[in-house]
Amino acid sequence: MKSAVLVFPGSNREGDMVRALTQAGSKVEKVWHADHELPKGTDLVVLPGGFSYGDYLRCGAIAGRAHIMDAVRAHAARGGLVLGVCNGFQILCESGLLPGILMRNANLKFICHRQFLRVERNDTVFAKRYAKGQAIDVCVAHGEGNYTADTETLKRLEGESLVAFRYCDADGQVTPDANRNGSMNSIAGIYSEKLNVMGMMPHPENLIEDLVGGTDGRGLFESLVSSFAKAA
Amino acid sequence: MIRNDVAITPELVKEHGLKPDEYERFVALIGRTPTITELGIVSAMWNEHCSYKSSRLHLRGLPTKAPWVIQGPGENAGVIDIGDGLACVFKMESHNHPSFIEPYQGATTGVGGILRDVFTMGARPIAALNFLRFGEPDHPKTPHLVSGVVAGIGGYGNSFGVPTVGGSVGFHPRYNGNILVNAMAVGLARTNEIFYAAATGVGNPIVYLGSKTGRDGIHGATMASAEFDESSEEKRPTVQVGDPFAEKLLLEACLELMKSGAVIAIQDMGAAGLTCSAVEMGAKGDLGVELDLDKVPCREEGMTAYEMMLSESQERMLMVLKPGMEKEAEAIFIKWGLDFAIIGRTTDTLRFVVKHQGEVMADLPIKELGDEAPLYDRPHIANTHLPVIPATSVKAPVSEADALLKLVGSPDQCSKRWVWEQYDHLILGNTVQMPGGDAGVVRVEDGPKGLAMTTDVTPRYCEADPVEGGKQAVAEAWRNITAVGGLPLAITDNLNFGNPERPEVMGQFVGCLRGISDACRALDFPVVSGNVSLYNETNGQGILPTPAIGGVGLLDDVTVNASVAFKREGDAVILIGETQGWLGQSIYLRDICGREEGAPPPVDLTAERRNGDFVRQLIRSRQVKTVHDCSDGGLALALAEMAMAGGIGAVIATAPEGLPLHAFLFGEDQGRYVLAVNPDEAADILYEAASIGVPAMALGVTGGDSLILPGGQAISVKKLKAAHESWLPDYMAGKA
Repeated sequence: MKSAVLVFPGSNREGDMVRALTQAGSKVEKVWHADHELPKGTDLVVLPGGFSYGDYLRCGAIAGRAHIMDAVRAHAARGGLVLGVCNGFQILCESGLLPGILMRNANLKFICHRQFLRVERNDTVFAKRYAKGQAIDVCVAHGEGNYTADTETLKRLEGESLVAFRYCDADGQVTPDANRNGSMNSIAGIYSEKLNVMGMMPHPENLIEDLVGGTDGRGLFESLVSSFAKAA
Repeated sequence: MIRNDVAITPELVKEHGLKPDEYERFVALIGRTPTITELGIVSAMWNEHCSYKSSRLHLRGLPTKAPWVIQGPGENAGVIDIGDGLACVFKMESHNHPSFIEPYQGATTGVGGILRDVFTMGARPIAALNFLRFGEPDHPKTPHLVSGVVAGIGGYGNSFGVPTVGGSVGFHPRYNGNILVNAMAVGLARTNEIFYAAATGVGNPIVYLGSKTGRDGIHGATMASAEFDESSEEKRPTVQVGDPFAEKLLLEACLELMKSGAVIAIQDMGAAGLTCSAVEMGAKGDLGVELDLDKVPCREEGMTAYEMMLSESQERMLMVLKPGMEKEAEAIFIKWGLDFAIIGRTTDTLRFVVKHQGEVMADLPIKELGDEAPLYDRPHIANTHLPVIPATSVKAPVSEADALLKLVGSPDQCSKRWVWEQYDHLILGNTVQMPGGDAGVVRVEDGPKGLAMTTDVTPRYCEADPVEGGKQAVAEAWRNITAVGGLPLAITDNLNFGNPERPEVMGQFVGCLRGISDACRALDFPVVSGNVSLYNETNGQGILPTPAIGGVGLLDDVTVNASVAFKREGDAVILIGETQGWLGQSIYLRDICGREEGAPPPVDLTAERRNGDFVRQLIRSRQVKTVHDCSDGGLALALAEMAMAGGIGAVIATAPEGLPLHAFLFGEDQGRYVLAVNPDEAADILYEAASIGVPAMALGVTGGDSLILPGGQAISVKKLKAAHESWLPDYMAGKA
């Protein structure tokens, strides 16, 4: 599999993402925001975490309009895979590739902590290495992760089973206490209609080794790489 | 608009923070009356913050050398060799005064400044820490200051993209009018790719990089060199505004430019901005510097030479480039969207010449601006020795368990999770031990090496006995690094004191430095960088003497480390080090008995080293994975923290005879560690300790859901945890 990790001014978790993808067996190339094209043969585009353009406007608003995003939209329209994590999720929402928006956390503060997520479905290329309903232990680090959408959108996401992950406790229970940023329906990540674009606030790329806290994040990258091994 | 020919009156000199004799010295040096721009320049160079005029004399006594030290104090940051061609670059710096006036921006620019110091040397920052002290919790300003400072530190570090892996937060009424915000940054570089400030070569271009210059922060360094009073809040305009996004771009652009081979010398524009950076680059390289201010990228129109020379706008750098590489350098900066301008050149005149609109605004001897700064041997009086308080004279609590519960939930000892959850401590994916343990531990690149880091000092010990307090601060940093399995290598010191013109404050400073020196020598733990922050006084009330020590140590194999949490039931609990039950200046005496009295615990540096070396060897030979040092609150607090972190209790059966139980549990004797070890190995470890003269005793065994103290008093881990975790969030929500 060949991945392209986009780098915007202010991206800061691109190195973490490259490490996770490489470890899972993907070829990885970094792509500068001002480029107009993705590298040839890109299977997966990844928008990493960070503070693109300082997040001084709405998070992801400027990056969502960068040159390279036209190429990403075209890639997605062809059915290509796109993953956005944290600021990457915010950019996907701002660029129109995913519905909804990420608002300030309910407590109005940046929060960084370990966080369990419930895997809502495992029949996708992003999550097939997980079990449905499994509680995976990853982490969050964001100030604006409070997923918000209008009633219609929310109904559609739930109706079409497009929620990827929800905040939960260690037992997989989706509780208000486990939903610290105040997201609607405890949504931590969502899929696009065709299931080829996924955005999530938590950071699976930081939980890929026992030494630094655990390996529950690996499943996501291994799911992606294994999907391609078979397809190819 | 300030004209350069404005008359220099005594009032103007005073406003610039220069004493009449200092001004006379300057006039004698240049042989004429200075221009206003020159007065501004000298006030920036000769204030306490930049010239260290009260402290320089005493700083000379600090040990700064070791075979692994690549660069000691005097550069942007210290550099140590960590093997295999890698260097660790680190420094700690204060931003106390601005943070009190404008907590969010004061803290952000503190973090920004220290990160810049580290990457100026060619190092990529890999971790940040901080040391914070606030006034008493009941003071009306405290919650606002805590909230703003913490948000500011997070706001900058999180966006810049460096994990904040450690720190210290405390409260005391003596910081009511002067909080402490000390930020530390640790970076990684190749030993053969370190960059320095000294310019070389005549006629080389001097380049301005980064953000534009505005009117913010003019005289910031002068403010940091004066006492506060009621009018201090009017100084808000002298606080700068931080832009972590610009700094992130500056980092990437600088590192890219350094790789290109175009950089001869580099200096960040910190305190006193363009003045200080240009003078230092020239003076260190024995060269003159000529600047043309018409070329300086400005944010505002009509800025005068005076304003440009004194602006403390953030995220700016000055470089001397290799001639002929200007185009290449400019392309890199344009790619990152940053300003790039050639604003001057090096000369062979040893003069610092500043031109603006075709006119010479300043023409000063460059070496003398630094070298001839006033140097004071200020009068200092040694503190009177306080009496040793015998344990038997301190009353026992009604219940040791209740006393412990009170302490774990007290402002100073409670969990600081509310604080460090606002800091991204996981970015970069190398955080092996996060905040809340003895030291932060980060993996170096892909391993196997790791770095351990910590910030420490016990200000109440320093107040009671500056020499012992200074020793203890260094010893505790050394101990915290040892407790995670690191070999302590070097420190950075952030010396926060009151007004040095008062002999008792100067006495504290001199005493603490003596203690720091003694400990650094005994522990082979040299000082490689640091910062002095004096005049931390408001209306004549000084802070507690607070020489914060930032320590760094090396783990050859980061997978072999120890942490505080009890890891399983049935482990044997062992205490290393001698316990006399020292209650003078203890947290027990202060927070349970309401007495801040007596001599602090003495530090036996020989025992410190022997005990620590023993514990480190146990960790490195994989015999021990669970270690916690004993500090504030003594043995009882250490045990409680180990139990809370692991969610496992312990039965502590043994207490020595002839010592009151509360003195055994809460005494703050130094040089001690608590270990939890495989029960099969406990006897061997005790035997080994005895054979080399390390005091060690078996305390009990881990297990159950309660911590059971000698005599049978039980306290549930759940209850401890509830008290420990709730104080700070409740307080910040206005409920405590």
